[in-house]
Amino acid sequence: MSPELAATTEPVVAQSPVPEFAEPTVVFDVRELDVYYGEFRAVRDVNLEVHQHEITAFIGPSGCGKSTVLRCFDRMNDLIESARVGGKILYHGVDLYDPRIDPVEVRKRIGMVFQKPNPFPKSIYDNIAFGPRLSGNKGNLDDIVEQALRRAALWDEVKDRLKKSAMGLSGGQQQRLCIARAIAVEPEVILMDEPCSALDPIATARIEDLMQELKSDYTILIVTHNMQQAARVSDRTAFFTTEVNSESDTRTGVLVEFDSTDKIFSAPSDERTENYITGRFG
Amino acid sequence: MTVLLSDDGIAPHGGGDASSLLEPTSGRRGDSAFKTVALAAGLAVLAILGLIAYSTTKEAWPAFQQEGLGFITSSTWIPAENKFGALAFIYGTVLSSLIALVLAVPVSLGIALYANEAAPRRLRKPVVYVMDLLAAIPSVVYGLWGIIVLAPAIQPVYKAISGAVGDVPVLGWFFNGESGRSYMTAGIILAIMITPIITSLSREVIATVPSAQREAAYGMGATRWEMIRAAVLPWSRGGIVGSVMLGLGRAMGETIAVALVIGSQPQISTHLFETGDSMAAVIVNQFGEASGTHRAALIGLGVVLFGVTIIVNVSARGIVSRFDRRSQGA
Repeated sequence: MSPELAATTEPVVAQSPVPEFAEPTVVFDVRELDVYYGEFRAVRDVNLEVHQHEITAFIGPSGCGKSTVLRCFDRMNDLIESARVGGKILYHGVDLYDPRIDPVEVRKRIGMVFQKPNPFPKSIYDNIAFGPRLSGNKGNLDDIVEQALRRAALWDEVKDRLKKSAMGLSGGQQQRLCIARAIAVEPEVILMDEPCSALDPIATARIEDLMQELKSDYTILIVTHNMQQAARVSDRTAFFTTEVNSESDTRTGVLVEFDSTDKIFSAPSDERTENYITGRFG
Repeated sequence: MTVLLSDDGIAPHGGGDASSLLEPTSGRRGDSAFKTVALAAGLAVLAILGLIAYSTTKEAWPAFQQEGLGFITSSTWIPAENKFGALAFIYGTVLSSLIALVLAVPVSLGIALYANEAAPRRLRKPVVYVMDLLAAIPSVVYGLWGIIVLAPAIQPVYKAISGAVGDVPVLGWFFNGESGRSYMTAGIILAIMITPIITSLSREVIATVPSAQREAAYGMGATRWEMIRAAVLPWSRGGIVGSVMLGLGRAMGETIAVALVIGSQPQISTHLFETGDSMAAVIVNQFGEASGTHRAALIGLGVVLFGVTIIVNVSARGIVSRFDRRSQGA
């Protein structure tokens, strides 16, 4: 399916802060993206568009390559030596895989929150201040830290123990700390790789509320195992699945369907999507 | 109750009968036997340590009795006059080991970080392999190399340095003297000897840094060095200090290589290019022809060396655990 089609069939503009008739700003335009690990093609031929101030969810069964695709958006796959990317990811029209691009700069604009909360074994304050310090930010660090923690809805819980170790926080607090840490770098986009899979339902609900608040300022991409979560939080959903290559007996991830979340969950156009969301996965 | 897997001879427990839980099971005997063996092994270590401390102290007692506290506060060691003050040896051991640490730690960490973080994958194994080979070279070979090759070659360097800065305050206190066999030469040899240990241990520690930590730093736009500083070093600090301490222990205990290159003069000098002596070196040099109080005094040196090593290790552990509490604290 072409990105244009996805844009025109968008019925849920009410959820989005973008006015109904305005052309949405395209943050990412993914064109024929392939990801290889060595000779093995892990994902093939992904085409999608990510709009500004929307939450785009990637769902699909394990091994379908949704995390692999997510990690292409901030060039985290570069850390895997054998990983190789084909096709294009245009970020405001600039190809992220252009040889002139410095991945370090990319990651400052496109932040990431990981599956398992991963604060540094430092104080809460130092965790948040890490990013601003990297950028050589000479502004008032105290203010930046407070702002970031407030935005991540964590300030009231930690304001009296900023100098204490972040490792003493609960899992949900640690994950919000990681979100605050990403925000402190002032990115445009936040990538979330199953951010709630290690959290209990209450902590998950808080993160989901937080995502709704954040989307007015940030563009969010989230990978989730949890279909209900995608249905609850996202504006648009991409459903991935695996194809078995009969000769080599390997599995390659493919993007089956990309559309507004309402459409995906109420009237999917592909039978595989329907089977997955109704639990008849085959 | 239906038997589900009767073909395999595996059946579910009979319904509702839990009385068999109260019967002792024979399989548990292995557990208690293991516990006994492990306990014995653990106690054996303590016993050996205690026995060594006891018997060496007993052998050294005549010297301790004769010299009193002077054994570690006096630096006059003249066996012919029956004077045994070990301070110069303690000083030499500590100084040469410190030089070794100052030289070896940055190099070792550099190699460890290179091998783990920076080297192309195909170079990593060879780097590690070469370092491990260095560790396998016997210390006497290092000593001979030091005395035959290094000492004569480096002596003009010492001379040039002390000529250049010998009159400068502070620098001149240390970088002075012009003996090829000296604290400095011993320190260099020791540094080469302990580099493989510190490298391979800290490399293993660095390898245990969770990739989530690395990704956290990279994900925020850290460069490789910033990632190392933020994620790798804080996580592995305790382990790195531990590996440095093991290296220090090896340096302080090193005997034959130091005996060959330190110059065997029981004197105390701040001049790094001056001859000195160390505890382990004097023991190996003099023990053969020693008897009576002299022999007791040499064994006493062993006791002191033992004590210094324990002090260093205990304080290192203290430092490590304080670090860990502060950064990981709950």
